[in-house]
Amino acid sequence: MRRLREYLSEHFETTFRGFTVLCAAVVLIIMAAMFFNLAWNARLAIGQFGLGFLWRDMWDPALNEYGALSSIYGTVVSTVIAMTVAVPMSVVIALFLVELAHPTVSKVVGAAIELLAAIPSIIYGMWGLFVFAPLMAETVQPFLQETLGLENVPGIGRLFTGAPMGIGMLTSGIILAIMILPFISAVMRDVFAMVPAVVKESAYGMGSTTWEVTRKVTLRYGIQGVVGACFLGLGRAIGETMAVTFVIGNAHRISLSLYDPGNSIASTIANEFAEASDPLYLQALIYLGLVLLVMTFVIQMIAQWWVVRLKKSMGAGL
Amino acid sequence: MKKTQNVRRREVINHIVSVLSGLAALVGIFFLGWILWTVARQGLAALNLDFFTKLPAPPGSDSGGLANAIAGTVVITLLATVIGVPLGLFTGVYLSEFGRVSHFGRMVRFTTNITTGIPSIIVGLFVYTLLVVPFKHFSAYAGAVALAIIMLPVVARTTEDMLALVPNALRESALAIGMPRWRMILAILFRAARSGLLTGTLLAVARVSGETAPLIFTAMNSPYWMKSLAEPTANLTVTIFNYAMSPFDDWKRLAWGASLLIMATVLAVNILARYLLREKK
Amino acid sequence: MIDPALPLYGDLADPTPKIRVRGLDFFYGDQQALFSNDIDIAPNRVTAVIGPSGCGKSTHLRVYNRIFELYRDQKAKGDVLLNGESIFAPTMKLLELRRRVGMIFQKPTPFPMSVFENVAYGIRLHYAVPKSELEGRVEEALKGAALWEEVRDLLHKPGTALSGGQQQRLCIARAIAVEPEVLLMDEPTSAIDPIATAKIEELVDVLKKNYTIVIVTHNMQQAARISDFTAFFFKGYIVEFGETRQIFTNPKNKKTEEYITGRFG
Repeated sequence: MRRLREYLSEHFETTFRGFTVLCAAVVLIIMAAMFFNLAWNARLAIGQFGLGFLWRDMWDPALNEYGALSSIYGTVVSTVIAMTVAVPMSVVIALFLVELAHPTVSKVVGAAIELLAAIPSIIYGMWGLFVFAPLMAETVQPFLQETLGLENVPGIGRLFTGAPMGIGMLTSGIILAIMILPFISAVMRDVFAMVPAVVKESAYGMGSTTWEVTRKVTLRYGIQGVVGACFLGLGRAIGETMAVTFVIGNAHRISLSLYDPGNSIASTIANEFAEASDPLYLQALIYLGLVLLVMTFVIQMIAQWWVVRLKKSMGAGL
Repeated sequence: MKKTQNVRRREVINHIVSVLSGLAALVGIFFLGWILWTVARQGLAALNLDFFTKLPAPPGSDSGGLANAIAGTVVITLLATVIGVPLGLFTGVYLSEFGRVSHFGRMVRFTTNITTGIPSIIVGLFVYTLLVVPFKHFSAYAGAVALAIIMLPVVARTTEDMLALVPNALRESALAIGMPRWRMILAILFRAARSGLLTGTLLAVARVSGETAPLIFTAMNSPYWMKSLAEPTANLTVTIFNYAMSPFDDWKRLAWGASLLIMATVLAVNILARYLLREKK
Repeated sequence: MIDPALPLYGDLADPTPKIRVRGLDFFYGDQQALFSNDIDIAPNRVTAVIGPSGCGKSTHLRVYNRIFELYRDQKAKGDVLLNGESIFAPTMKLLELRRRVGMIFQKPTPFPMSVFENVAYGIRLHYAVPKSELEGRVEEALKGAALWEEVRDLLHKPGTALSGGQQQRLCIARAIAVEPEVLLMDEPTSAIDPIATAKIEELVDVLKKNYTIVIVTHNMQQAARISDFTAFFFKGYIVEFGETRQIFTNPKNKKTEEYITGRFG
């Protein structure tokens, strides 16, 4: 009897372990299947357009001709706007929360920012469409164009031409920024807070200002976490669907002006999926999805590789 | 002695950055307040008894509700939790307890990290090719699987992190009294990391309950009550997406109501989860 | 009664102290940690601060460069004069004070950058040095910290790649690179091995030619070996202060005697 119980428990040990291995394997299977399934279900479009799909500036369901260039362009531009706004802001917000604010203020503001990160993206889309875009059209965009006269500045002037419609690249970039800001700053705050007090003290002890300590020591010490936070934000921004779909305008064209409507990969898929009755049309959308998958995959790989490299070259601690 | 750089300038720069950082934090808070206020104001105007009890009505009739979508979201989210949480939990157990340094373990950890960063719309498309195309119909279970795939890596990573916080001495003392490893994990580790695991799970559930993109291709939407898991199923987020883009004011109103409901639920679960974690500390 | 005009360390050294502390009280929130400390730190000498743990040694040291001000709840009362000028005076620039009064911590704290950048950090902060001159200055500082020979080929390796003792000397090099007047050392050898400790003790002996050194230590042999003056702290009071030889051979206070003979602490 006793031996039987021992045998069973021994046996269960292996079963249990095997079960966890199986669960872990599911993650790998899903990842592999994602690539395979998307590629297989886009095989018509892949066969028709090949890799040229990537640099083809054409999207015409009537002619059944598809190319991803304008979607890739829109994805990249809106993401760049979002990162340009959100990353520096996150650094200074983390600086405020960790180094400058009174602990109570820091706790309250920190909690609020974490909540901001939890709001579903469709809410940002609603708010963007009904509140923010009209505001952009009536106030912000005319202000940038006329009052600041950005339209006539040589070089960047082209970015601010066109009718202020509120819907378009600039608006979606800013909404993306508001969306990823809390993610990045919450992680950066944790990273800043983890830098040991002695390291900061010795930087202050050298006669550095708070900003110099942050820029030259804290940011470097936590570089792994900081880069991780940025890539987290980048990953979010690049694949974000709902917040962008509502305000980007869904026009398949490449325009230098940030005021013009455009499209991103995700917004095109979400928006046109329901109307894609033709098999080639549907497959072109799935092909777009495959492109986005590869993009995010590559970004994540770079992130992981970069973090390891940074750690080696700087001796960062986190 | 070389000439000293302007101390005043450095102090001024420091001052400017300090002020900017306070302003940036204020901007963050301002947007949170603005969004909450907008959704609350617009949403409250839409919430009434009809909203919770009736089916959607044709535009113009002004008496429709989203009862079916509420039910659909609850069912899909619950089903996703039932599929996703155990998978994630045991993947986390594997990573923390068995595969900490093994080659397979590293591969799984790496893939889990990457999967966390895959956009949810891609997961939706993937499940569309996996469960919708072959069976030729949209379904609640396809939606649930999509959400479960989004939960899995999140739960796995939190589980690994939370189990890693449990001191090794606890493991060793449990094994030392002859407890088999599986029991040590289920009885000792899970109990020690209980609040962290619960928090992680709650946050994952909150996150997927607000997801829209993956459901567009899987559960889709429907104006009717669901009769089985194997048919297009109404849910709040896709309803918001469809109604917000419509030209009808009463549909837009319902979209605001649904937005408030989703946002309030997600924030409440988040606050609850954080409270639980703090309680433990 | 203390005559504020007379240096506390008697007539043995330069009559003008580098640092003069008068009536220094210190508070962590409501908790008082230092009680009317008076001390004069002689220029170009090593002053050791000893006493049982929790007696306020480090707290006292952390006033000299006002590093305690980083923490909201810490307050100092009384006065500390550097070359006769109050460090709390509005005309005293905090950044300049910290350049003039360098600090070495208990644990080595190399910044997350290369050996070279660690040393260049402070120079870049405080001086407008052309790139051509910077290398020479870094080399000079590393030589000053007796580290140059060991790291001349590792300048572009991260500072954290060095051994513990080397890291601590890197921190000393980093501190002296900005040409300070005073070096504060807060138990600089407590985290490193005996051989590395011996090197740092040798270095301290050399450094006092150019700098005024105040060193907190829990190691009485170390205090006896390297210091010219010793202050014994107990429960926030400076119980006894004088020449090291006198303190260790003929302490006037009973508490001091008990401590140095190892009866407590």
